[in-house]
Amino acid sequence: MNILNMALIIDVSYFLAAVLFIYGLKRMGSPMTARGGIVWAGAGMVLATVVTFLFPGMSNYILMMIAIGLGGIIAWISGKKVAMTDMPQMIALYNGMGGGAAAAIAAVELYGGNDHGLTFGILAVLGGFIGAVSFSGSLVAFAKLQGFKNTTLRFKGQQVLNLVILVSTLVMAVIVITQPDTGNTISIFFVLALALGITMTVPIGGADMPVVISLYNAFTGLAVAFEGFVQQNPAMIIAGTVVGAAGSLLTQLMAKAMNRSLANVLFSGFGETTSEETEINGSMKPIDASDVGVMMAFANKVLIVPGYGMAVAQAQHKVWELTQLLIDRDVDVKFAIHPVAGRMPGHMNVLLAEAGVPYDIIYDENEINSEFESADVALIIGANDVVNPVARSDPSSPIYGMPILNADYAKNVIVIKRGQGAGFSGIENALFFLDQTRMLYGDGQKMASELIQAVKSL
Amino acid sequence: MDQIIQIDGFIALYIFMLAGFVGHEIIGKVPAILHTPLMSGSNFIHGIVLVGAMVALGRAVTPLEQTIGFIGVFLGAGNAVGGYVVTERMLEMFKRSKDKKS
Repeated sequence: MNILNMALIIDVSYFLAAVLFIYGLKRMGSPMTARGGIVWAGAGMVLATVVTFLFPGMSNYILMMIAIGLGGIIAWISGKKVAMTDMPQMIALYNGMGGGAAAAIAAVELYGGNDHGLTFGILAVLGGFIGAVSFSGSLVAFAKLQGFKNTTLRFKGQQVLNLVILVSTLVMAVIVITQPDTGNTISIFFVLALALGITMTVPIGGADMPVVISLYNAFTGLAVAFEGFVQQNPAMIIAGTVVGAAGSLLTQLMAKAMNRSLANVLFSGFGETTSEETEINGSMKPIDASDVGVMMAFANKVLIVPGYGMAVAQAQHKVWELTQLLIDRDVDVKFAIHPVAGRMPGHMNVLLAEAGVPYDIIYDENEINSEFESADVALIIGANDVVNPVARSDPSSPIYGMPILNADYAKNVIVIKRGQGAGFSGIENALFFLDQTRMLYGDGQKMASELIQAVKSL
Repeated sequence: MDQIIQIDGFIALYIFMLAGFVGHEIIGKVPAILHTPLMSGSNFIHGIVLVGAMVALGRAVTPLEQTIGFIGVFLGAGNAVGGYVVTERMLEMFKRSKDKKS
């Protein structure tokens, strides 16, 4: 086969791959078709990878096979093994790998001294920079969520340090672009970019991590697109740009759901602006599981508000069992999900889906909020800040203005909670002190089992 | 380069602009319940970086370039495969009430 035919096959395959990626991503936008979407996109990936072996003028095939085998097998095993609750950090890890790969492409191009002209030089360096930041930043995010490194390091002058590193990286970038064939400056440039990813991410707290992961996801997409321009590879350009744009939008949606601006997430710690909190009057009133069982079994409508605490207690299967019992008794049961329930938007839906809860009884905050008034019981399990009414009422609270689930409008509120402590953000929850609220103290899974027994024994 | 199309200048800019809007449109109307799988799915799609890393390694000459290229392909493969596995696992679980018995 001659070179031209080979090139045609490659171009056609990359085109098909790009079509499959966009079609797949589109299908992933609806729960009905999402499963098929990832399969389509996967087919595109396999096609693009296989056809790349035909690329003219390449060598090192053995190294290539080993690298693909190693990376693929490790990722396959880790991806199959990871628990659903640990999904966010795995996404961070794989995303970091993609960023690292983009940076590696840039490094090979730059060290190789391939003269692409000014525009491509700039794109290669820019892609390398963004990719490297995404790589080291994502690894820090992974380490933090995985619990390897829990402490959030902050010190005076941190922003200044970041700025100094950023400026020096950019200076090195300019030198690399204008004076090619200087190995040392290239190395210093990459070391600085990697350092920036670390120093940028270290001060960010665990609660904000999903936003950061999503941001780095967009970064990697952009880096891939830039390296795609350098390599004249349309599949990389299109896939990278689509992810860059989609990721940026997703990042904004997440930040908005958490009531933070992106700048706020990146440049300041949560709760630094906390002023005096308003005193909450009243007391927390305990209740027994058997009483709650009666209350729910004879209710017309029960709304369940699950939070990350439920997933930590592994209570979602029990909660679904309880839900089925109630549905059998003709109780109208719905799940109300706050956008940031779990560790990132949509994470709670994944956890509930794992337990077998069908997605058509799971509702978003804006779909369900008007229904709390007509609910007989709102069952809060493992959620805290997302149902705290001070977000509506108290301008001095750090969570003021955050969209919340209006659980306080329900006729009865039952809160399953381990102890009397405050939530993730350390803010007292006014909901717990309301007249219609009763506290069911105990481990989420154990209490859910007791509720099941209580309903069964009726 | 032996490829048939050349992508530079304004052609590049047009592709970039159009693909950007496509990405924006695709995510814009998605319900929040799919945000995590979608982030994971888009994470998988930039795994196409594997292809670029393969070309970079394929053209590498010096040991330094080969080493970096090898790491690039390794990381790219991890991105693509890992991204696919976790996304597929998540999406597999989404079911409606009526087919819950299966």
